[in-house]
Amino acid sequence: MRELIAVEHLSFSYPDGQQALSNVSLGIYEGDSVAIVGPNGAGKSTLVLHFNGILRSNGHVKLMGRPIDDNNLKWVRNRVGLVFQNPDDQLFSPTVFDDVAFGPMNMGYSRFEVERAVERALGLVGMSGFEKRSPHHLSIGEKRRVAIATVLSMAPEVLVIDEPTSNLDPRGKRDLVDVLMGLSITKIIISHDIELVKELCPRMVIIDQGMIVADGNTTNILADKKLLTAHGLATM
Amino acid sequence: MKHSFLDQYSNRNSLIHRLDPRSKLLATLVLIATLVLMPTGSWPAYGMYFFIIVTLILISRVPLHYVLRRSLVIIPFVLLVAVFIPFFKEGEVALSFKAWGWTFLVTHDGLELLWSILAKSWLSILSLVLLTSTTNFASLLLGLERLRIPRVMIILLSFMYRYIFLITDEAMRMKQARDSRSFRSGWLRQMRTVGNIIGTLFIRSFERGERIFTAMVSRGFDGHSRTLNSLQFGRIDSLFITGMILVLGIINLFTLFF
Repeated sequence: MRELIAVEHLSFSYPDGQQALSNVSLGIYEGDSVAIVGPNGAGKSTLVLHFNGILRSNGHVKLMGRPIDDNNLKWVRNRVGLVFQNPDDQLFSPTVFDDVAFGPMNMGYSRFEVERAVERALGLVGMSGFEKRSPHHLSIGEKRRVAIATVLSMAPEVLVIDEPTSNLDPRGKRDLVDVLMGLSITKIIISHDIELVKELCPRMVIIDQGMIVADGNTTNILADKKLLTAHGLATM
Repeated sequence: MKHSFLDQYSNRNSLIHRLDPRSKLLATLVLIATLVLMPTGSWPAYGMYFFIIVTLILISRVPLHYVLRRSLVIIPFVLLVAVFIPFFKEGEVALSFKAWGWTFLVTHDGLELLWSILAKSWLSILSLVLLTSTTNFASLLLGLERLRIPRVMIILLSFMYRYIFLITDEAMRMKQARDSRSFRSGWLRQMRTVGNIIGTLFIRSFERGERIFTAMVSRGFDGHSRTLNSLQFGRIDSLFITGMILVLGIINLFTLFF
């Protein structure tokens, strides 16, 4: 299996001095579906912001063998699609079409290619026909799915999603899990939602206080109640 | 929370809805400009304008009472600005009264000016409500862009349209949270909490702005914005705009010279 993202000894602290990541090493392989789990403030979001070069890593993060740096940011962002936690931050255009077309347009697609990419992406998340709607008139579940489409329209190699099921009701969650299951793309999912992780991700990584404390088979890790409790993911 | 649409009825289908947003924008602009240039007290002309706007509303099949109701919003603002005019305009005195040791004089000319300003602003807002109820905001923006309005302003408007309700929601939630904790507090204390709410809203919006920017950058945004042009200025648009200019021109000429 090809290694898509390689993180080697990555440490990061924010300008205010807070250490967010210390000596993290991680490999993401083609076709993987990995859950990144950890308590609030553990550094999960900080880690994924390194995957598409929003936060710089001085060569500690490689995409398909190439270190991510200032010169290949465009190439990187075409391949790693980040979906943020709050769909209201992700969807900023007056219509759903404009939002889903934003990425492809920045990539310099032709009009025809843009339209095809939008159609395909909305189809993948089951939101065809919503092109002309305005994002603020959608339900939260619909917004989530459109947010995923905004990234899928760029046809990335890796899809990174931050907390896809937070604030969703059970049915919205079910729909979203089905959508994610239907996508045959390398997925990295940040979540606290153990049900979602069980269903979608055969591999699971636990991060706590900026360090990777577990990385392996989801079933095995979820069976280790002591480990989960120690990192605030289960209560005894 | 649910909000009314800024551009309710704009997705219906009628002759007016199908017009290119550019021709509607231009026609509205021409209408308002000629109306404003009309001399004070040309009531027959105002009547004609009203007739034209109502005809357009009827063609567009947007409920008349909806447009009328929305247009009333402007009246308090105009009154606030214009209510002093009758007192300052010189001319034949229509009314005088004494209060607090002062004598106030209201003139006929002043009153006529006040009514004219009210009529003009109400007619202008009527035509704007008609414009926004027959053109959805996205195509309105696209139209403005094609009319060479600077990109920065278009982006500003588009973000405003997208986020104004979110910010309103946030403010309403904060107000509810405040109301559930405070009873019987005085006016001054209230003002202080209002100040805090405004400050918090500002900081939150600022932080949201940063998150939106991150989301944009993640999708390859490099400071240039690109759009697909999907407007079509057809024959019906040329007809509409020529017709409007002709009709308005004739009304103005008659009013000015006869």
